[in-house]
Amino acid sequence: MSPVPGETGMAGRARPRVVLVDDHRLFRSGVRAELGDRVEVVGEAGDVDEAVEVVLGARPDLVILDVHLPSGDGSLVVEGVRAAGSAARFLALSVSDAPEDVIAVIRAGARGYVTKHIAGDELIDAVERVAGGDAVFSPRLAGFVLDAFSAIPGDPPPVDPGLDLLSAREREVLRLIARGYTYKEVARELSISVKTVESHVSAVLRKLQLSTRHQLSRWAAQRRLV
Amino acid sequence: MGSQPGPLRRRPAEGLVAGVAVGLGRRLGVDPTVVRVLFVATALASGFGLAAYLVGWVVLGVEEAAGTGLPEATAGGGVPGGSGGSGGSAGESIASRARSDVQGLALVVGMVPVLVILLLLASVTQVPWLGSIAWPLFVTAGGLVVVWRDGTDADRAPLRQLGAPIARLGAGPSGTWRRAVARAAVGVSLGLGGIGLLAAGNERALLGPLGGIALVLGGILVVFGPWWSNLARELAEERRARARAEERAEIASRVHDSVLQTLALLQRHAEDPQRVRALARGQERDLRAWLFEGRAPGGLPADVSTLAEALRQVQAEVEAAHATSVELVIVGDVPLDDRVEALVAAAREATVNAAKWSGAPSVSVYAEVEPSRLSTFVRDRGRGFERAAVGADRKGLSDSIEGRLRRVGGQALVRSQPGLGTEVELSLSLVALPQRGAR
Repeated sequence: MSPVPGETGMAGRARPRVVLVDDHRLFRSGVRAELGDRVEVVGEAGDVDEAVEVVLGARPDLVILDVHLPSGDGSLVVEGVRAAGSAARFLALSVSDAPEDVIAVIRAGARGYVTKHIAGDELIDAVERVAGGDAVFSPRLAGFVLDAFSAIPGDPPPVDPGLDLLSAREREVLRLIARGYTYKEVARELSISVKTVESHVSAVLRKLQLSTRHQLSRWAAQRRLV
Repeated sequence: MGSQPGPLRRRPAEGLVAGVAVGLGRRLGVDPTVVRVLFVATALASGFGLAAYLVGWVVLGVEEAAGTGLPEATAGGGVPGGSGGSGGSAGESIASRARSDVQGLALVVGMVPVLVILLLLASVTQVPWLGSIAWPLFVTAGGLVVVWRDGTDADRAPLRQLGAPIARLGAGPSGTWRRAVARAAVGVSLGLGGIGLLAAGNERALLGPLGGIALVLGGILVVFGPWWSNLARELAEERRARARAEERAEIASRVHDSVLQTLALLQRHAEDPQRVRALARGQERDLRAWLFEGRAPGGLPADVSTLAEALRQVQAEVEAAHATSVELVIVGDVPLDDRVEALVAAAREATVNAAKWSGAPSVSVYAEVEPSRLSTFVRDRGRGFERAAVGADRKGLSDSIEGRLRRVGGQALVRSQPGLGTEVELSLSLVALPQRGAR
């Protein structure tokens, strides 16, 4: 019975076990209500240290994580949990954040980012997907990633093109997601299977996490300059 | 005459009437205006210029200027283009088409008796100039018949334009009709008087012929003068009308976006006096700002200077006015200019439409700035619509979205399926614009 996160995905299990991390109690109870009984909430936390402690104690499948916490960024929670050897998965959730903070959480290891406007059933869907090992890109995250990887005219080519650049197909998928298409709609539009869309999105996530720090930090610096 | 000018061809796209003068000018390496002046001068002197022009019109094939999609892109029977760099393909001449027009040729031949009568008249009245204009007159009339019968629509257009005032004269209201009769009577009597003086001219030394010519010219002026000045005025008027129509379309889309949208909102919230009052006050403020301060309604505040800021403004406004959330994603940014502002206004309209009609709880707006292109997508998962079912009086789609983009050289694409939602794609080429953040 004891669930081993990251090994088996969602197949055969009834409800993902979830920890909510957000500094607003009201928002946590709101999310809890929205998740209803399709998700088992096994813990809540309001700041970074508490969150690391709760996650390590409750051993959830998934952590719903606010990008911004009073005591630091959500990425600190991911790093703290990883450092302790837990393989819990993270889904970032927030109202509106600076792109570089969102990208930082994703780079730290979160497998998705959705905004708080998301409808209840879509949130449940996102939770199940991430708990099952998939990546969840909201339109906004897709936009951030396209922005981060967009070739700036006059830039030197990246050191390792294979790592740093998105393929044309991956860009196409991200664009459609940014335009508000669901995975299913993307699949229909491009005449590919939903599984293929998922694998493209996972590949983008991997590239994002592995891409040279140099390129992304330059992008972040540029955004702040603008 | 430096470069190879190629064979002699008409260039209707560049000409004032049929492009004969332009073609000749090109061939001779002379400014077309010089050729035009020569044609007009010889036409006034003896009628020869007019006749020559019509002959040229009939006989010369059409040169298709590169890049201008002329309606008569005929190929069959055309002579291959010149050896030089002119590169235009040769069109069929009117003459080659007229060969098969038996009736037309009969009509021309039927004018021969008129020519004979004129020549006879000239010899009887001893007026040499009557004889000298007889031939050009005949050739001109014949040419006109051939052009009218066998020319393409593009050939007929200048004739129609020249003839329109004459036709209108007959069909005008009774007041104008009576005046025209009076004018024609005066003109004809002046002309006849002049001819009479000329006919008697051999009896007087110099005064007679000169006075006669003056009278004839005066007669022509009285009869045709108003038409000519009308024609000139109409040309200028047409140009102005086009500018006005464009301006009106712009105003219509502005009013649609602000006043009509607000009125629609008022109808929806009729039972909520507080909201109605707030909407009315806001709209009043907008209209005042437009009429008295020159700020466009539905326009952007002065501190908004980039595409992203403008779209965020649109998002906030639409979310405030309608119970719809707007999911906005922007990749890259550009400074606002007239064209980008037009795209933003169109995107705003598309977003408002989606919020108002689609019934979807949220609208996705995605804008992406690529080095040479700006594209924006407005998408909802609402009820969608059939384009054919949208009435022509609903200005939102055709004017405020498609018209706006067209006026700034962009493109609007609407994809909608009943039950599956709507996506509006707006795009603009950014070739001349610097990309923001690029260094």
